Parts: sequence; structure tokens; C-alpha cells
Amino acid sequence: MSLATIADQEVHVDEEGFLTEYDEWNEALARQLAANIGIELDDRHMEAIRFLRDDFESEGETATLRRVTTLSGIPTKELFQLFPKKPAKKLAYIAGLPKPTGCV
Amino acid sequence: MAANKLRRRLPHSEWAITIVDQDSEHHYQPGYLLIPFGVYDPSTVVKPSKRFLPRGVNTIIGEIDLVEPDMNRVRTAHGTYLQYDELVIATGVSPRPDQTPGMVGSEWRNTVFDFYTKEGATALADKLRTWDGGRLVVHISEMPIKCPVAPLEFAFLADSFFEERGMRDRVEMTYVTPLDGAFTKPVASKRLGAMLDERKIKLESDFYVESIDNEKKALVSFDEREVPFDLLVTVPVNMGADFIGRSGLGNELNCVPVDNGTFQSTSWDNIFALGDAADIPTSKAGSVAHFAIELFTENFIQHINGDEMTHIFDGHANCFVESGDGKAMLIDFNYDTQPLPGKYPVPRLGPMSLMKETRLNHYGKLMFKWIYWHALLPGRRLPMPALMSMAGKEVVEE
Repeated sequence: MSLATIADQEVHVDEEGFLTEYDEWNEALARQLAANIGIELDDRHMEAIRFLRDDFESEGETATLRRVTTLSGIPTKELFQLFPKKPAKKLAYIAGLPKPTGCV
Repeated sequence: MAANKLRRRLPHSEWAITIVDQDSEHHYQPGYLLIPFGVYDPSTVVKPSKRFLPRGVNTIIGEIDLVEPDMNRVRTAHGTYLQYDELVIATGVSPRPDQTPGMVGSEWRNTVFDFYTKEGATALADKLRTWDGGRLVVHISEMPIKCPVAPLEFAFLADSFFEERGMRDRVEMTYVTPLDGAFTKPVASKRLGAMLDERKIKLESDFYVESIDNEKKALVSFDEREVPFDLLVTVPVNMGADFIGRSGLGNELNCVPVDNGTFQSTSWDNIFALGDAADIPTSKAGSVAHFAIELFTENFIQHINGDEMTHIFDGHANCFVESGDGKAMLIDFNYDTQPLPGKYPVPRLGPMSLMKETRLNHYGKLMFKWIYWHALLPGRRLPMPALMSMAGKEVVEE
């Protein structure tokens, strides 16, 4: 774990740049994190991100794509358009949450 | 397994145990893998369940319709109510080809096969006997699945099978996975990825299947990639029992959310979910269930005595990975420690080698069938500790 400055804020990140402290996240940060991976956030992105954060708060782990689709109603196909190629990982990165534990 | 362990520990005068099983047969599921290659005959993986149940347990063969946790009762499909003080759910997960559009289409069991059922594995054995080559695609629909190494083993064994038949050059193999590599954990993923490479098996990663196009004979992903096949061996989405969903006890895959260390339901104190039926973040594998139930038995006794449960499970998993050509490798890991090289179960001596392909590991895998029927199911103690040990493991750079 190390300190990084993102959107003029000092935050804790892991070796892959994922935020490690739930409470250090805010929307300005999210915009910068998204920009880092070439995504410009709109309302639909934010809906998915908010779902992921709320779900993490109650469940203590990052939701899988199936969970996001089932509970938030955003179709998997759309998640792939919003967060191309690796939606689960990108969503977690922007939402300031741990990478989803690739189920073993 | 749980019934066998608990019946021994709970006084008959105080505790009645009832098992509801939808099937009167018990299948040795790890054996399915070897059926397609003609190594096991399908008849050898099935035995009557009653042979493995202890005396003093009531058995009801039938399906469960609903659990009503606020009423402490279970309704069977026949409409009978069973009242309980404590409920243990061990209904596992099953492959659900119906969850992927086009999977159960015109090509199902024609050029599209699964091997996680006895019927699928048997049909695939018939297919492989006469198949003369082409594009073979081995595919995982979605994680988690039972025995996550089995599709890799299938690919390795298929490579070896075609080699032996002198037709390897006529088969183009691709391994398609939703993961970002061959496996989940970095060291094992690298090693297993290299093993795919050595066998000229192409890896198509980060592939989330949206549908199967029966006309084109291709897998189609959500991000619009297509992988054409002449023969598809797929692992369908795995889901827990439907009654779990209907009863409001499950997550989006009908697995029961439980405490990772004790398997107690996060919503109901008198409900436990063991094995694959639970949502714990470790492999859905027989070894996990075995290690877990050793600890669960101790916890359960504490729980019914009103004591704190202190036998905390660490996610210990231990899997033989068949790699073809009469060899296998062994991996041993838990929630926090990924598979590492070394020796098992005795440090330095083994005799099994971790993360290395050896003949002895292969014999270990074959021997496991005997152990399963004769020691594991009857609930006998095995000479391996339930919790993972770092002794004998080498820490390596990722």
C-alpha cells in the first residue's frame, strides 16, 4: 500500500492503483480515476458506480457483474459498453473499491 | 458427510436428524472428468446414497419446495412440513445451461457438450470416440464453478488424448475463460498458462459469453467477440438450488450468504450452509467441503450448547490437477494464501509435489476415488489437517 495524489487529493492505493480506504473516495476522484483509463463518466456510469459502492457498504465485498445486473437492473451488455473489456475490474477501480475477488 | 459426523456426536435421545435428498444415488462428481476419455466407465461413478448414511438418521427422498426460516420449517415438494431447530443446507450447485441463450439449442449434445453431468460426460465420450478433428473450444461460462481446475484438466487431457490417437495436428484447441488468465491466483495462473502454451492451446481471456450462435457455431461475448468451434465443451453457469432463491435465502446465484469462518447464515442463526451451497470465496471443491465439515462439526456442537464457535475455517482447498500423459499436479491454498510450490502433506518429504506435474500426483488423484467412497463420505478422519499449513511451501515472486 502506498500514498498517491489523485485529483489533488492524497489517497491510499494498492500496487495496482486501487483505492484501499472506502471513505477516501468522492466523485471528483472518480472522474480522475475514470480519465486514467480513458472513460468519461456520465449519469449511467455513476448509477453503476453508486450501486457498487452501496452494495460494498452493506456486503463488505465488491459485487460481481451478475450481481450488478441482477440488482441494479443495468444489463451486462451495457456494462461492457460503459466500461469496455473488463467492466468488473474497471468499475471497482473507479468506485474506489477492491478488485473483485476472482472467484477461485 | 455432515450427517455421519453429527450423528456420532449428538445424543439420539436429544437430537433427531432428517436428511432430505432429491436423489437416491450419490455421484462421484470428480469422476465425470475422466468419462469422456474412456478412463472411467459411467457406471463406476454412481452408488446408492443409503450406503453412506448412518443408522439413526431419517431419510426422505424428494425435493424441497421451500424453506420458511421465520417458521423454522421446510416444505417438501409433496407438501409435507418438516419442523427444525437447526437447518443445514448442503444442496450444492448445478450446471445451468438454460442460463445462456442458445446453449440448449440445436447443437446441444451434437457439437455442444458439458461434462459436469454423467449424461453430458457420457455423450461427450461417444462424440470423442468418432470425432476426426477440427476446432475444439473448452469454455467456462461464468465464475464461480465447481472444481475450477476441471476445465483446464479437460484441456490437458484432451491434448494428451488426441496425441495418443495420432490426431493432435488435426485439432486446434482454444481455452475460453471469463478470467483474465488461465486461473485466478497469480502464481498458479502463470504456471497453468504456461502449461496451455506448451500444449499449443490458445487462451482467450476476459470472455463473458452472451450467447451461443447455433447456426454459425460460435460463442459470442458481451463485447461482441466471436469464437467459432467445431466441438464446444462448455461449463455452464453454476447455480445453487432453486428453492434457496424461492425462500429468499440466496444471493444472485442462489448461494447462501454465510460467515466465511463458521458457515452460519448471515441472516438466520439456526441455518448453516455447507460446501458449494454457501457463498464462501474459496473453491467449490470436495476437498473444501471435507476440510470445512471437520471444523463445522466442532462449531455446531459449540453452537447448540450456546457457546461461541471457535473453529474458524481458513478456506483451505486442495486440488489435484490432471495434466495429461499420466501426470498431475497438486495445488493447496486458502482464502489468503495462493497456491505455491513445495511438498505436501509433509514438508520437504511430500510425497506429493505442489505445482509440479508428477506421476505420483496422478496416482494420488486416482486413489482419491477410493478415499472418497470409503473415508470421505462416511465421515472418517483423513490424515491431513483441515487448516492450511505454510510448512513445505516456497514463497515465490509473482
